[in-house]
Amino acid sequence: MTTAETTPQTSEHLYGFGDLPGLMARMTGDEKHGPAATSTLDALWVLYDRVLRVSPATATRIDRDRFLLSKGHGPMAYYAVLAAKGFLDPEILASFGAYDSPLGHHPDRLLVPGAEISSGSLGHGLPLAVGTALGLRAQGLSDPAVWVLIGDAEFDEGSNHEALAFAGSAGLERLHVIAVDNSSATHGWRGGIASRFEAEGWSAVTVDGRDHQALYEAYTRPHPGRPHAVVARVEPKNS
Amino acid sequence: METMRERFFDVTGDLLDHDPRIALLLADISADPFAEAARRHPDRVVNVGIREQLLIGAAGGMALTGMRPIAHTFASFLVERPFEQVKLDLEHQGVGALLVSAAGSYDWPAGGRTHMAPGDIALLDTLPGWTVHVPGHPDEAETLLRHAAADGDRKVYVRLSNHRNATARPITPGRFLTLREGRRGVVLAVGPMLDAVLDATEGLDVTVLYAATVRPFDAAGLRAALGGRPDVVLVEPYLAGTSANEAHEALADRAHRVLGLGVPREEHRHYGSIPEHLAAYGLDATGLRERITAYLW
Repeated sequence: MTTAETTPQTSEHLYGFGDLPGLMARMTGDEKHGPAATSTLDALWVLYDRVLRVSPATATRIDRDRFLLSKGHGPMAYYAVLAAKGFLDPEILASFGAYDSPLGHHPDRLLVPGAEISSGSLGHGLPLAVGTALGLRAQGLSDPAVWVLIGDAEFDEGSNHEALAFAGSAGLERLHVIAVDNSSATHGWRGGIASRFEAEGWSAVTVDGRDHQALYEAYTRPHPGRPHAVVARVEPKNS
Repeated sequence: METMRERFFDVTGDLLDHDPRIALLLADISADPFAEAARRHPDRVVNVGIREQLLIGAAGGMALTGMRPIAHTFASFLVERPFEQVKLDLEHQGVGALLVSAAGSYDWPAGGRTHMAPGDIALLDTLPGWTVHVPGHPDEAETLLRHAAADGDRKVYVRLSNHRNATARPITPGRFLTLREGRRGVVLAVGPMLDAVLDATEGLDVTVLYAATVRPFDAAGLRAALGGRPDVVLVEPYLAGTSANEAHEALADRAHRVLGLGVPREEHRHYGSIPEHLAAYGLDATGLRERITAYLW
């Protein structure tokens, strides 16, 4: 992961949630993924603003919390949050998708300051997060949390199910999934997404993905000995 | 006779004991021989079950935290089945790992096509930056495994086979070794193909090079061995012609010929034994001598 050397640390906390639409508006050219971008906005903000223990100053520390954006489609909300939190210079948002821009329509961790993984092809973030949790545990680092955001349609990819079954069995307590559910999975998830996690021994909770306090409480709910999934339901993509 | 895979079990156990960066990821295959290592290192020996996408994804994740993961299963399930994970969870993330396969081409003929992956190295050739070792003897496997484990954060593939040569050669990782010198061209034997190539070329006026590392391809070694006759025969224990492009690039500044011998692309719907398959592919000493002499004489 790279860090934003040029971004003044004082920019942190200058932006609030109300600034995110303006930051997102600087990015044009990926309107087809607009619903995918806005579905994650509240979930990302609450995580970065109130829960995730990482900043531009600690972005390369081994004991930082990690957030992995698995659903790399529509990364405008993610870039806006990274800009608001000082990981990247808001001035570069307007370059979104341009030849020399670090900001692609799918994030590249070697180019985006603050991005833990490169994503775009669906179903890669959760297995990478499992490996990250295993790697931290193997080094005796029991404190850092690993978060990964997936989408309800991304959940179709079988690799997610390999990872979630194993993580439940292995009791990867420091692993957390945010599943943003905007009802975009073609065949849906009968019984709800949370039931899949619960069946594999996870702690799971489903909340209103636009309710910041509900998201915060879901993110911080204790889950001793088990990984934790937060299903954040938002308005359907095609409503 | 000891297999390369058995040596891998011992070497990896030793690496786990002495290097805290090393982690071993399994997908059920070889879990039993690693049971003792798993007891000694429960957090660094991880069997994910029969989940090969996760095998590679988790290796990528561990590497992101600074570990040096070793992922192991049969080549069909290590390279082919999770190929997008190899592409995206390792290379695209900018991290490395050590992938160690068994049963690459024809190791288990009775297992049939589902357990044969002769195209594994050709597939890896579509990606940048892979080192590929193909040892021909357990001692060489140990040398290459230890070298690969300590090879920084590079992406390294080690292809272990039940097909092996009778004796180990004094290999240097990354370099071809000259075993015979002649004037009518160069025969490059890769890994387990060496014994058959030495038999096939007995009494022939050809140079025999031995390769236990094929990527990066030792272009300088090949050029130095050519002499005045730029004709090359590659004998590889996987898809025929896999290294032909590398040989052509090495000799791009001169007129030359390259013959790529190896496992045919066509599916071979027979079971039986390794010797039977090698004979059917024309990779036993008789078949090789016939094709090598026809090409060079």
